[in-house]
Amino acid sequence: MNIHEYQAKALFETFGVPVPKGVAAKAASDFDTALAQLPEGPTMVKSQIHAGGRGKGTFTDGFKGGVKFCKTKADAKEIAGRMLNNTLVTIQTGPAGRKVQTVYFTVASDIKKEYYLAILLDRATSRPVIVASTEGGVEIEKVAHETPEKIFKVFVDPAYGLADFQVRQLIAGLGFAGAEAKGAAKLIRNLYTMFWETDASMVEINPLITTPTGEVLALDAKVSFDSNALYRHPEITALRDLNEEDPKEIEASKFSLSYIALDGNIACLVNGAGLAMSTMDIIKHFGGSPANFLDVGGGATKDQVVAAFKIILGDANVKGIFVNIFGGIMDCNVIATGIIEAVREVGLKLPLVVRLEGNNVTAGKATLASSGLPIVSGDTMADAARKIVQLVA
Amino acid sequence: MSILIQPDTKILVQGITGDFGGRHAKLSLDYGTRVAGGVTPGKGGQFFEHKEHKVPIFNSVHEAVAATGATVSVVFVPPPFAADAILEGVDAGLDLVVAITEGIPVRDMVRVKRAIAGRQTRLIGPNCPGVVTPGSGPQSHGGCRIGIAPGYIHQKGHVGVVSRSGTLTYEAVYQLTSKNIGQSTCVGIGGDPVNGTSHLDVIRMFNDDPDTHGIILIGEIGGNAEVEAARWIKANVSKPVAGFIAGATAPAGRRMGHAGAIVGGAEDTAAAKIAVFRECGIEVAATPSDMADALLRAAKAKGVTLT
Repeated sequence: MNIHEYQAKALFETFGVPVPKGVAAKAASDFDTALAQLPEGPTMVKSQIHAGGRGKGTFTDGFKGGVKFCKTKADAKEIAGRMLNNTLVTIQTGPAGRKVQTVYFTVASDIKKEYYLAILLDRATSRPVIVASTEGGVEIEKVAHETPEKIFKVFVDPAYGLADFQVRQLIAGLGFAGAEAKGAAKLIRNLYTMFWETDASMVEINPLITTPTGEVLALDAKVSFDSNALYRHPEITALRDLNEEDPKEIEASKFSLSYIALDGNIACLVNGAGLAMSTMDIIKHFGGSPANFLDVGGGATKDQVVAAFKIILGDANVKGIFVNIFGGIMDCNVIATGIIEAVREVGLKLPLVVRLEGNNVTAGKATLASSGLPIVSGDTMADAARKIVQLVA
Repeated sequence: MSILIQPDTKILVQGITGDFGGRHAKLSLDYGTRVAGGVTPGKGGQFFEHKEHKVPIFNSVHEAVAATGATVSVVFVPPPFAADAILEGVDAGLDLVVAITEGIPVRDMVRVKRAIAGRQTRLIGPNCPGVVTPGSGPQSHGGCRIGIAPGYIHQKGHVGVVSRSGTLTYEAVYQLTSKNIGQSTCVGIGGDPVNGTSHLDVIRMFNDDPDTHGIILIGEIGGNAEVEAARWIKANVSKPVAGFIAGATAPAGRRMGHAGAIVGGAEDTAAAKIAVFRECGIEVAATPSDMADALLRAAKAKGVTLT
């Protein structure tokens, strides 16, 4: 689960990670009250959406920049008015962009130098890894590729936690001394505590900055959490912003379906994540383009199949449907009955290819064949994929 | 022979009184697997009954091991309690714990993995379909089925299958059995980013198993476990190996169902992994329908008989 920058920074403050003073506003009528809490002078206005590349983004009305520096609070108020309820397109949002429903005002800090700091899971060692670099404010992937010697990593032993010597290694790598070293050490320790205690899956500060007065601050904050651990963090679950999620994905999650929209025109309905991924792949392999990832899970019920069909058909790009079920334990005949009921209930007009395999498959295929509905049967995944690609072409 | 489990391996089911655990304990009993006991704290002394079977339930894994001599357990315990259940199995000195539970917090697994390092117990999973060593009866009856895989699609034989994904494993097994090619053992290592046993661990076991003549390695986007396994295969394995990677069309940054299936960088894409497979002499299946045929091609090239 992702949260907004302003929410992440509030969490940072709770854990003692210093940030520039800031206030969020969700309506133009709140701008004055919000700005009144900040000192007069240079102010940043930042669009709050769950996507990166905001600074270089463009709004659909042509206004450029989702993050702006303003010399005065009066300017900040005007710029915020241009951003709020406007739609911001960045490299991460796709062409449709995201509607900005919150703006965040912060004090514009004087920057002495920019750094990079992140904590995430290292899969190879199954341990948290802290990644730091002297090259902040730029794409970290580029730094890793071009100047890998400027990236420092420490792997934290979960049995002991972050050790002081590891903090010293990071501080030395980043070249901090004196008051800056002290501030950075405290910030790193507190950030690790937050990462661990909140079940975060990633915490990223880019840039981390030093100021001419010797402060070390998180100028940006990107935080995501392990959805499997939300049950023990009601305070973090409360930060979820449904406006930032695809309504079809929200609807799917109500039926325990795992759905992700893509931009093709062949919808898929599959059981199992691995099979669902490969169903998308095989559509592409035969020259088609998948409209979604949809995993109905191991024990799909009729209600789930009906819900899945409705969600799939909510995507106007869909021109055909490919159902691929390996009913190892599930009875294929029950699935076939569910598909027929779903097709009748939604009044399906689009081509539908069904590939059923597994338990009681003969009865399942017979049920589909005798339904009187124009359902095309596929014998293997490859056969079915070829058929749906042809029907949609 | 086979790896990890034999047809006569005695198993415990942690969470046997839950819906999910109970349903699959019954299917394992029907398959002929020796389900020696169940574990549910607070329900010790009761029995899990199914047809002619009367499986004793214990309060702890330690008691169950002492009473039954079981060496393996399967965990169906809900996510908030699953890490504890795994640790209990390890503490009781089992040879193998197979965690089926989906949705265990990553932080719990990071701690579990650290806590069990150096212990004699092997962990498989979590979020995995389990392990099957087919038996010699009709529809492979009489084998050892641990987890949630359909037993009847298997056939006793000489191909080892290792995969993160349940349904893709079934797909591969079904193709093999349809071609009259049996399996030694099929292992689902699970779709989570932190798991107990890697592709490479299983590949090593298949390589050492004289009864496994060929291997199907099924992977997906995310992490570099498949690449690590492929490089080891290139250096150490002379048996024919076929490979498949799911997720070629998955967009970067989106998690595809499995907690671990997410493209983070240039090296964990399907294309990058497939390129490494080819470079390491693994016969790549172009589509999931091609997995058994890919292994047959690899076997033919090496003059190996799989049946």
